[in-house]
Parts: sequence; structure tokens; C-alpha cells
Amino acid sequence: MIPNEIEITPELVAEHGLKPDEYQRILDLIGRTPTLTELGIFSAMWNEHCSYKSSKKWLRTLPTKGPRVLQGPGENAGVVDIGDGEAVVFKMESHNHPSYIEPYQGAATGVGGILRDVFTMGARPIAAMNALRFGAPTHERTRHIVSGVVAGIGGYGNSFGVPTVGGEVNFDPSYNGNCLVNAFAAGLADTDKIFLSEAKGVGMPIVYLGSKTGRDGIHGATMASAEFDDDSEEKRPTVQIGDPFGEKLLLEACLELMATGAVIAIQDMGAAGLTCSAVEMGAKGNLGVELDLDKVPCREEGMTAYEMMLSESQERMLMVLHPEKQAEAEAVFRKWDLDFAVVGKTTDDLRFRIFRHGELMGDLPIKELGDEAPEYDRPWVETKPPAPLDPESVPAPNDLGAVLLKLLGSPDMCSRRWVWEQYDHLVQGNTVVRPGSDAAVVRVKDSNKGLAFSLDVTPRYCTADPVQGGKQAVAECWRNITASGAEPLAVTDNLNFGNPEKPEIMGQFVGCIKGIGEACEALAFPVVSGNVSLYNETNGQAIMPTPAIGGVGLIPDLGKTATTAFKGEGEAIYVIGETLGHLGQSVYLRDIEGRREGPAPHVDLGAEKRHGDFVRSLIRSARVTAVHDVSDGGLLIALAEMAMAGGIGAELEAETDLPLHAWGFGEDQARYVITIAQAGAGDLEKDAEKAGIPLTRLGRTGGRELTLNGQITISLDKLAQAHEGWFPAYMAAPDTNA
Amino acid sequence: MKSAVIVYPGINRERDLARALELVTGTAPYMVWHDDAEIPDVDLIAVPGGFSYGDYLRCGAIAGQARITADLKKKAAKGVRVFGVCNGFQILTEIGLLPGALLRNAHLKFVCKEVKLEVVNSRTAFTNAYAQGQIIRCPVAHHDGNYFADEGTIRKLEDEHRVVFRYAQGTNPNGSINDIAGIINEKGNVLGMMPHPENLVEPLHGGLDGRGIFESLLETVA
Repeated sequence: MIPNEIEITPELVAEHGLKPDEYQRILDLIGRTPTLTELGIFSAMWNEHCSYKSSKKWLRTLPTKGPRVLQGPGENAGVVDIGDGEAVVFKMESHNHPSYIEPYQGAATGVGGILRDVFTMGARPIAAMNALRFGAPTHERTRHIVSGVVAGIGGYGNSFGVPTVGGEVNFDPSYNGNCLVNAFAAGLADTDKIFLSEAKGVGMPIVYLGSKTGRDGIHGATMASAEFDDDSEEKRPTVQIGDPFGEKLLLEACLELMATGAVIAIQDMGAAGLTCSAVEMGAKGNLGVELDLDKVPCREEGMTAYEMMLSESQERMLMVLHPEKQAEAEAVFRKWDLDFAVVGKTTDDLRFRIFRHGELMGDLPIKELGDEAPEYDRPWVETKPPAPLDPESVPAPNDLGAVLLKLLGSPDMCSRRWVWEQYDHLVQGNTVVRPGSDAAVVRVKDSNKGLAFSLDVTPRYCTADPVQGGKQAVAECWRNITASGAEPLAVTDNLNFGNPEKPEIMGQFVGCIKGIGEACEALAFPVVSGNVSLYNETNGQAIMPTPAIGGVGLIPDLGKTATTAFKGEGEAIYVIGETLGHLGQSVYLRDIEGRREGPAPHVDLGAEKRHGDFVRSLIRSARVTAVHDVSDGGLLIALAEMAMAGGIGAELEAETDLPLHAWGFGEDQARYVITIAQAGAGDLEKDAEKAGIPLTRLGRTGGRELTLNGQITISLDKLAQAHEGWFPAYMAAPDTNA
Repeated sequence: MKSAVIVYPGINRERDLARALELVTGTAPYMVWHDDAEIPDVDLIAVPGGFSYGDYLRCGAIAGQARITADLKKKAAKGVRVFGVCNGFQILTEIGLLPGALLRNAHLKFVCKEVKLEVVNSRTAFTNAYAQGQIIRCPVAHHDGNYFADEGTIRKLEDEHRVVFRYAQGTNPNGSINDIAGIINEKGNVLGMMPHPENLVEPLHGGLDGRGIFESLLETVA
């Protein structure tokens, strides 16, 4: 029996984010009142962030297998075979709540956490991306958050030395009180040198590595599992502080240590720190764990067992090592000036025991803490589909050209150069396609192979129709990767939603998962890792459902790729896929008409597959000169982006019965714009017809202007001015909240 | 041509630099640990970019205290060529092999982009493969690249043609005095520059403009 140092009251239980029925479950499980330390451990393990208790049931429905998948969800990151004995290891994870409270450190440690997930598996990180959603530009906190988050991502990734090659940035009032910072990282490893978290063997030393433990981040994961209110800024001390230098040392030391063969199992200390990593290693290996906290390297004097078990200090790892290689392992860490301490051992009794000053401070069943944590089947209601949009209700604009300029220069559609120029996207010397194209492409070192990366989701579609929105996120990601010439391999998902205890929110979650599952199945694009972030609400106001999809593709020959930029004068321009003028939930309808109405565009997965495979075959046979997926903003935005990227204009001719604004700005799916030398145009038309692929000629490249049917004539300079202008001007404006 | 790359904790472009050297010279460089006493006998010592010791103190300040610094200075004094890029340039100014200092970028943000460089002096061992006045493309990636020195030093650098690279065509990314991007020491054997020529040496990088530096060194040695 462990004496209680402090009385466990219902208030204390509630403060730990545990519901009364969950607390009862704890009492039933251990047959006595828990100690404060034990309560803290339960709170850390059973919160939404760590236990996935609301989402697990639905996550299991996602397709996670494929011929190339070596490791699916459940480890630190997913692993996919890329041939020649190599694998790509990747994952995406949210750091939403901390980034809202303390933008720089919140975002920085988000990057640090995801990089650690990747190198914990034995992979050297080769690319990073991030999906960012901010509040309305006019909201008083937005500028401050954008500036802090972008600087934090750069501050960590640049110093660590991973190229940040892509991502997404969007603005919407639903993120006013809850920004989203989803960080993605990918690394390369040898397929026979992948490291997992499952402990093996009884009596094996458990070793603590990396930075010292401090009081920062205590209860971070619990905070990430609750809604925000007006007092949330008081939670600043729960945000961790990042040390990219420490992480870089940890990377080098871990990879060096792994090469010695000393490592049996490894787990990074992320959310819920020492608790979560120790429990996961033991529970997965069906082993107990004993920790002696007196051995843990501490930054501060007098830390209690409670504080040490819940600290989220960064840049720390836990490993199970082969005892005979312990000295060799320690030498590697000393060389890199990092802490190395044996803090415990594995046992055969499935208990998680904590000692401090020789006293037993906690004694809990490890399986129930870890992989047998509670699970909920939350009630949910299906999202009601919006009324159809009457196209007649959307009048033609007076000046189509002015609309194009307005959209190109709008917060959501303008160039993100201001953001990605603060990220080192070139370090490591393997960046082939830099930010700003459809997918970023990074060479696999010492080879002629490449990996393509893209992050996508359209939250306004997910709001209107979670199932179609979920499908569309996967389809757009698949298209972006395809448009680079790559074969899409697999995805990681970062599912950001509001409070799952509300049936409407749970309905959004269920719908999106259904759509994602269907699309991943149809496109053979399995989910190999991911993260769920719920309770993204402030004062009861939820964010739009935002299931971000991070995809990876393989390019077997870097000589056969495509980018969005127009390449030459006088080439033929075509669109692949049907243009039906779908304006429901479009950027046009929202930003020009001020209406968020109508159904999300329908996603025909069969058409996506056919059109994409056709485009990829064109790229790989070097027949097309430029390729761009058509998404937000429709055809005219895609064409303008291609012209600006190449510094070459276009003469466009729309032969259509549709009103030109619907033709130009409708957001029908499964479309790509391509360019081809005139000499190849005839054969292309024949091949498309034979394959049953809708192909429409749009005009030719050339000149310094973009023209359409005599209704639009805009110089490239003017396009670029609109496109490049908004972000720097917005960020340079005086902060109203200063 | 034999070369060595010094590796400090927190450096992150050592592989980029090593690859560029191997690509152009045909020989992989020695990777020399900061805590070693001696650098092998080589024709070129390269000090790479990154964030040595996190740059938590003044950039390059702690790296300058490394054990290897004594031998680096000794070899530089003997005339061995030393090439510092980005953090490497900052380290060379910290240990006094080059004058001046690199301040925080004028706009206070990290910047990664491609700029234009004018080869202001092509009569150095590092630049003779370029034409005098040639404009080349080159990426930059730094937070503290704003070159500063007192008026007298700047005048001396200019008078002695020791400003080797200048940001051209309005592309100065950091506010450095006189658009200075790279300088050389009096003896002409130590060059420091903020931009990263090692990231523009293969067709896959989208250009070969950075190769000239490594080709110059190769020719000079051969």
C-alpha cells in the first residue's frame, strides 16, 4: 500500500481532465485510491491526445496495408518501402494548442516532436512540411500568431538542418481562437535497420538519453485534450521550450548508437514525457517497467515524482539497450555531450512501478494504462447536406479580369513566399522542386530517385460535406503527387476537429474518416501513420473540420518529372478532366459573392484514378512540358499560377456553354492543366480519346500577358504584383494588438 | 586536390559541402571533428554552414573556442587555403582570420532564397574560374548575414579588392554594407562568404553557378 501524500478530491480528479466514470474505472482497476503521482499518470495516459479514446474505433476502419507498407499506424511513424533496400519513414502531428498560447515555442516544439518521431525509427530526416490554419486576417491575434508560428518552424527546422519544402497556409474565422499547426516530417532508413518501441527481454536496462528534465510542459497533453476559454493564456507554462541544437545532437548520437547494434527498443519522450514512453515500451512488449526517478537527469532541484513523470521537456529519448553494449552506447552519448543514465529495467510482471528517494510512488497495471486504455463509441449525427446551389443565383461579374486579380491577391490564394523564404528549403542539397509547385521533390541521396511530398485538405468542403471533403483531401494530395510524375505511395493524416462529445462534431469526424477511407482504398494510398487533435474549440466555437492529409510519392527517375511552370512559347495548353462549373463552396463564391453555400464538389474516385494515371504516363514518357493540378480557385487560378511560375503568358480560348466565371473559377475535381509542344498535340488528343479521358484544348502559351476570349487581358507583371503583394503587406502592417 | 571539412556540433551543411567538393575534385574530403588537435595536410580546409552550438550565443563564438581552432589558425598562417561558408564565415570572423562581423539580417528574419552575386574579384584562388564582373546565381540561407565592419576596414577591403562577391541587381537579402557577400584576407588564402555555392553545383539543383569556386581551387592546386 502506498501512502497518499495528498488527498484525492473530485475537484483534483476533474482538474486532471478525468471524468467521474473514468475515475471510477481507476478505482476498480487498482482497488484503492490512487496517489497523486498515479493520478497524474492516468491523466497523462488516458487523455484524448495520448489514448485516442474517441477516435480509435473509427481509425481502425482506415486502410493501412499495401504491398510497400512495412510499418503502419501504431509506431512513432509509418514506414514504406522505396526499393533498393531503403524506406521512407514519415508522420504528421499537431501542435495546435501550444502554438495558440505561445506561437514561437509551440510551433518550434511541434517540429521538434515530429522530427524525433522520425529519427526514433532510425531514419535521418530529409524533408519537413507544415499545414497551418490561422484566424481571419482581421482578427486581433492573427498577425502575431502567423509571425510567431512561422518564425518558430524556421527557428527549429533551419537550425536542425532539415529542408522545409512545402505545406499549406489558410485563414478562416473558425480558427480565430484555435490555430492549427500540423507538422510533417519524412526520413530515410535502410529497410533492415528500422527501430521500434516494443521492449524485449526481462531485466534489460532502460536508458534515459538527451536533455535534462525540467518543469516545462507539465500537463501539455491534458491541455491539448480540453477546450479553450478566455483564461487559456494562463496556460503558458504548459508550453515546452525547444532546443534545436540539443535535438541535432540527439539525432546524430541516436543514429550513431543505432549503428552499434546496442538498441533493442527506442521511444521518444513526446506528449506525457517519461510516463508515455515507458508505458508504451513496456505495454507493447508485454513487459513491466520499473523506474528509479533518482537517476533521471534533472535541470532543476527538488522535482517531485509527479513533476518528473509529467514533464514534457524536449529532446529526450528512452531506450532499452543490450546490457553488454552499455559502455559503448554511453561513449557515443558522452562524445555528443548528452546525458546518459540507466533509470530502470524491464520486469516480467506487467506492472509500472515508480520509485523516488527509495519509496514506491506508483504501482499500476501497465497494459490498462497503455494499449488497453478506455475507448468510447461517442454518439454522432450525420452532417446535413447543404441545399443545392442555383447557378442562376450567381451573377456574372462585370470584370472577369478584376476578379482574377482579386482572388490571386486574396489571403487564401496569394503567394506563400513570405512564409517559405523563412524556411531553409535547400539544406542537405537534395531539393529538386522547391516550395510553390504542386508537390515538393527531394532526391534520395546518392541515387537518381526522388520523393514527392504534398499536404492537403479543403476545410470548407469538409464542413459542407464531411464525406466528400475527406475524399477530396486525399484526392487532391494524390493529384499533387501525381502532377510531379511520382507514384503516390501512402499518407499520414492529421485529423483536427472540435469537441467529440458533441454529436455534430463527432459526425464530422466519422464522415471525414469515411471519405478518407474510401479514397485511400480506391487510390491504393494507405494510411501509415497519423495523429488526432480534438477539442479545437474556444468558448464553444469549433474549428472547421480539418483532416490534413500528408502524402508521399516515389519518382523512380528524376529525369522524368514535371513542374507547374510554363516552359516555352507557343505550346498547346489542355485541361484533362471535365469542367462543369461547380461553384458550391468555391473560393469564388466565398470571396467574391460572400456566400458559403452549396454542396462540396463531388469526388469521382474512378475518374481521379484514370485521369491521374494518364497524366503520370504522359510525364514519364516526357510528352508534357508542364503539369498543374486544378484545385482551389479553379482553372483560371491554375493557369495564372503556371504563367507566373514560368514567366510566360498565355492566350486562352474557352469554348463552353457555361458562364465564364463558372468555367474559370468552378472547382470540379479530377482535373490537371498540361502543356505540350504543338507537334505532340495531335497524338495526345488521339491517345486521350482512346483512353476515354476528357481532354479540352484551352489555348497556347506565349507573350507577356494572360488573355481569355477578349474578356481578360492582364500582364504577367500585374498578375505577379497581385499574387506576391498581399502577404508581405499584411505582415508589415502595424500590429493592432500591440 | 585534398580537402578537409571541419565538423562542429550543430553544423548542418557539412554533407552538402563535402558532396560538392567530391563532385568537383573527385576526392571525398576528410571530415575533421572539432575536438581533434590537428587537421590533416590538405590543400583546402572548409568550414561549413549551420548553427554551431545552436548559435545561442553570438554566431560562431563558441565554435571559435574549439580545440581545432589553434591548428586552423596555424595552417591558415602557413598559407593553406581556408573557405568558410555562412556559419563558417561567421566562425572565421570570430577567430580573426577575416575582419568584420555578421550581424542579424536587417529585416530580422531568416531568409532562404536565390540571389545574384557579382564576382568582384576573379583574380583569387577561389574565383579564377569566373570572369571578372560575372553575375552568378547563388542561394542564401541565414539569419545573421548582414556584413559589418568599421569604415576604415571597409575602405581597406574595397581598396585592396578584397570584396570578392557582392549581392547584385538589388538582391541584397540582409542589408550588408556595400552589398558585401564575401571577402578574402590580405594574403588571399582565406575566403568567407554568406551564400551557399555548394547548393548550386548539379543539374538537379537547377544550376551549376556554384561550381566555379570549387573548380577555381582545383585549377589553382593542379
